[in-house]
Order: sequence, then structure tokens, then C-alpha cells
Amino acid sequence: MKVQINPELCQGHGRCYDLAPALFGADDEGYGQVLGDGIVSREAEHDANLAVLNCPEQAIELLEEE
Amino acid sequence: MTVDDRFPRGPREPGGDEEPGTRSEIVTGPVRDWATDFSHLEPEWSADPYPIQDDLRQRCPIAHTERFGGAWLPTRYEDVAAIAYDTDRFSSRAIIVSNLRPPRDIAPIGGSPPISSDPPFHHDARKLLLSAFTKKEVARQEPATRAFCHSLIDSFAGRDVVDAAHEYAQHIPMRVIANMLGFPPEDGPQFRAFVEDLLEGINLPPDDRQERVSRLFDYLLDQVHAHLDEPRDDLTTFLINAELYGQKLSPDVVTGAMALLLIAGIDTTWSAIGASLWHLAKTPADRERLLAEPGLLRTALEEFLRAYAPVTMARLVKDDTHWQGVDMKADDWVLLSFPAANRDPAHFDRADEVVIDREVNRHAAFGLGIHRCLGSHLARMELRVALEVWLERIPAFTLADPGAVTWSAGQIRGPRALPIRIR
Repeated sequence: MKVQINPELCQGHGRCYDLAPALFGADDEGYGQVLGDGIVSREAEHDANLAVLNCPEQAIELLEEE
Repeated sequence: MTVDDRFPRGPREPGGDEEPGTRSEIVTGPVRDWATDFSHLEPEWSADPYPIQDDLRQRCPIAHTERFGGAWLPTRYEDVAAIAYDTDRFSSRAIIVSNLRPPRDIAPIGGSPPISSDPPFHHDARKLLLSAFTKKEVARQEPATRAFCHSLIDSFAGRDVVDAAHEYAQHIPMRVIANMLGFPPEDGPQFRAFVEDLLEGINLPPDDRQERVSRLFDYLLDQVHAHLDEPRDDLTTFLINAELYGQKLSPDVVTGAMALLLIAGIDTTWSAIGASLWHLAKTPADRERLLAEPGLLRTALEEFLRAYAPVTMARLVKDDTHWQGVDMKADDWVLLSFPAANRDPAHFDRADEVVIDREVNRHAAFGLGIHRCLGSHLARMELRVALEVWLERIPAFTLADPGAVTWSAGQIRGPRALPIRIR
């Protein structure tokens, strides 16, 4: 699985980088950024789901990899 | 003395006969029916708005009042969210409901940018400030905030009962924002008066209100002058020097943004800290669990923000519109009740309960869409540090007199008297 942030929706609440700091970081203005390639390891799946489910703007997607 | 033509010194010109805008009749007194005559300024609302909101959500999800010249109150999450996202139909040119609608031509900047701004100006004004309020940037304030919280608790030595709202919660955001703006820390009592004037004095006569607002702007202009004389590494100097579209900011934008930064962070965070301590004082099981599991505080904090969201914003309807089954008229107010949205059972399980280990908590305490609270990272830091220090220093505490707790009226709701027994 892979995480992705829709920059059109993200408003910089920062819930993703609070809850899943291994997967998300902040840019200089506080908007969320996917770290690296966004691939979610098995151990990180719980945190990835928390980030998706807690984003107030519903800006994060969890994609099944092909 | 540094001269900046934007900020003349000496006696100020009187502000004219009266503030421009459309005035409405001031209506106060008990509410007849919350669906058709609501008022968020009446004591029944400030004492406990949640049963009123829950009732309205079921029987009249977009309530109305003729007070304030006409206003609407949606209580469903989906409606609050839709309005927050719809900047085409709903303007932010005024965000505090009152009996004076500012003239339409103050849009898209408004009186306290960027909270009072609409697109496209909003984006550019907000962009100026975002980098000063990132999580990383506000972390620099954490050590001083923690030390200050400890000093407040040190001052309780020997006492059995303290007022956690008045003697603890309110001082924390005041001190932090004074540091960030570079204002004298001892000016706190004045800030409190400014906050009360702007946010709670809604139904005062307009001339009285206008005079109170000018006192705030006189103070801010004095601070601008002090910073022109002695520039510092703070937000005031930053705003004085900031440029937008290749030019320095207009004086109204500088002082308007300073007003926003001063006012918006004070009673909001004070309310969040106070409401959280109120909850823990009356809920020993939650207090004991947080003492046993300090790692849970970050999750609990979000739940306190959901259940006791302190902030309701407002919008003005731009043009007559038929919206979700109601006919809104141009210049009607709309209260954007994030507290009501946060307790909508269609959006949250056990919406009316405080569940401190709620893992999935997509609350809207800091708003939704382009106006997401600029200071949300600062507020979260202050709330976390305030609770960490309190729980560390005063692990056992209870409400000294539940009947003596009072709550602020208006769009920012939190405890204003909170007597707590600390030993």
C-alpha cells in the first residue's frame, strides 16, 4: 500500500505528521508531505490508517499498489 | 526615532462620526424558541449549549433568529462543513456576529486579515504568516511555555483552592502571544479587556463598541511605533517589514493582522485549557487514567478539542440564496458552529460522550477549508504543555464548587471562573 496527499484539499492541520511521523512530514508552510515514496510497510499500516481517518479535510488516500 | 509614513505619530485623528456599515436593532433577553429566536449571547446558551444544539439538530437543523439583523445556525456537521468550504456564497468579511455589518467594500481584505479575508487576497495574506506558525516553528516556544506554566503553579503554594481559568489557563496564551508579537508581558490585563470588548461586548451600544475597538488599535499603533524605534526578531517587526505584491503592507493590514494574532489566540486557547481541566476535575476516572498513561494525553487532547470545541466562527451571506431548504438573504449572518458539528451523531460514534482514547477523531475544532486556524499548532502545543505541567504538579484535584463555574458568552466558549481544590 501507498499513501498520497491531495494538495488541493490539504490545509495544514498536521494530523498526519502528528500521528504517522514515519510516513508524513511538513513543508515550510505546514502543509503535509509524503516522505519518500509513500510505501507503507506492514508495521506502519495502523498509523497510515489513523492518518487517513483523522485528516479533517479527508485529503489522504491509501492506494493499493499494483 | 524611525519615521515610517504609514504610521504617523502624535495625536490621532478622531475616527469620524460613526463606523460605516449597516446597523441592526439590539435585541436581548430570554430566547422564546431556539429554532426561530436563538441567541448565543444569552446565559442559558453559555451555561450549556449542547442540549440546545442536539435538540435543534433533530427538529430544525438550520435554526434562525431575527436578532442581529438576521442570522442562521446550522448544527449538522455536513452543513457546517459545506459552508466552510463555500467561499463563493459565504463571505468572511465579518466573522463575529454583531449588530453592525461592515460595508461590502471591505472585502476581500476585511478588518483583521487573513481571518476576515476572502479569496483571492486571503491566500496571499495567509501565506505571509503560515511559516511563523508551523509545528516546528512553534516548538521553539515550548520551553518558555513550560517554564511559565511551572511558575504559575509555584505561585499557588500554600493554597487549597485556585481559580484554574483566571489564575492559570488565561495567562498561558497571553504570555506566549505577547512573546511572539514582542509586546510587554505585563500588558496581559489589557489584552483580557481587548478580548472581552471584541468578543463578548456584542450587544453594547455601537458607539461604546467603537470606542473599545479604537482602544485596541491605539495600543497596537503604540506597539508599531515602539518596534519602528527598536526593531526586533518578532511578528510585529516582521509585519511592519513584510511585502505583498512588491509593496509594504498597508497600515490597516499591519494593525489588523496584529489584532488578529493578539485576540484570536488568547481566549480560544484559554477556553480549551480551562474546559479540559474542568472535565478532568469532575471526571476522576479520566484524570487517573491520564496519570497512569501519560502517552494517552495527545489522544485525549483531541477529544477535549472535539467535545469542548471553544470556537464558533461566522460568515455573511453574499447574495440571496436558497440553501439546504432555507432562504438566506444577502447579509444574513451564519454561525459556523464547530462545537455543534463536533457533536453530530451522524459523524461521530458516542458523540455526546467524552472518550479520551478515541483514536478516530475527525473533528473540526480548528475549522475546515481555507480558514483552518492559523494558530492550531501553537494552540495544541500550549494545551498539551498546560495539561502536562498541571497533571505533573497537581495530580489530584476536584471542582471546589461546581455551581461556581461560569462560562463565557458568545462565539468563544470556555470557563471564566473555575475554582479547583488542589489539596
